[in-house]
Amino acid sequence: MIAHSIFFYTFSLIAIVSAIMVTASKNTVHSVFFLILDFISISCLFIMIGAEFLGMIMLIVYVGAVAVLFLFVVMMLNVAQQKNQWFAAKDSSKHIPVGLIISTLIFVEIIIVIGGWKYKPEIFDINNSLSQSSLSNTHSLGQILYTDYIHVFQISGMILLVAMIGAIVLTFRQRAGVKRQSYIKQISRERVDGVEVLEVETNKGVRIDD
Amino acid sequence: MTEVGLGHYLTLGAVIFSIGVIGIFLNRKNIIVILMSIELILLAVNINLVSFSIFLGDLAGQVFTLFILTVAAAEAAIGLAIIVVYFRNSGTIRVEEIDKLKG
Repeated sequence: MIAHSIFFYTFSLIAIVSAIMVTASKNTVHSVFFLILDFISISCLFIMIGAEFLGMIMLIVYVGAVAVLFLFVVMMLNVAQQKNQWFAAKDSSKHIPVGLIISTLIFVEIIIVIGGWKYKPEIFDINNSLSQSSLSNTHSLGQILYTDYIHVFQISGMILLVAMIGAIVLTFRQRAGVKRQSYIKQISRERVDGVEVLEVETNKGVRIDD
Repeated sequence: MTEVGLGHYLTLGAVIFSIGVIGIFLNRKNIIVILMSIELILLAVNINLVSFSIFLGDLAGQVFTLFILTVAAAEAAIGLAIIVVYFRNSGTIRVEEIDKLKG
């Protein structure tokens, strides 16, 4: 249990510090790197408390896909060198007290809710069926994901499809002056459009109108 | 040192959630950092769901964490596509220069 506590405090400290650095870092590329560090430490926490499948999926989806997508966009848009003006801008400084007050209030509210859980300890006496089953986390997750939650699972696949089509439609643009291959024009071409039989008179040749 | 329980994980989730909200409000850079703060908030929600699922012994929380992961990936893709289109049209994604809607 001591090792569990040590690992928990280490990983959560890394997670909190890197979350602060995501918002406070001067360089946007550094923010993305700290976001990756945050995701990795949180997935270590997930693996530590027994949700191995979700920890690994977090590594694959967040670190492997989402964070790399962020990196691509940051590099493509050439905004990495814009300097952070945290407390420098004059007319933006009125947002700072409002943001601090609101986020402090949210933090206090959530802590109060957690305190309510702490002072009602009999709620933890619910029969813990996870630790009694001999199946692994991935196995039991798959058993309910593909039976009880199959419709939600398919809908989430549809969400991904819509997101993919939306992203392609948004960023697709046709450039002027680029010659493209048109299959319809190629297939529907008749002999009359391309070939013409001419009577060529002697010593006059054929005149081609371009 | 007390044993690490549900309250510790929920506190971690609360801290990361609040940092995400602070990042949205105090951001003076570009919109990409705001999107990253939204990812932090979703991560905090995932921490809460997974820790409740583990400590209460109900797998539904982990299933819904999976769906939140899906929605977060879709949201990041669409949001970044919108940012790319906006940058192409107006040449900037600084937060204080995006005022076309006069909000």
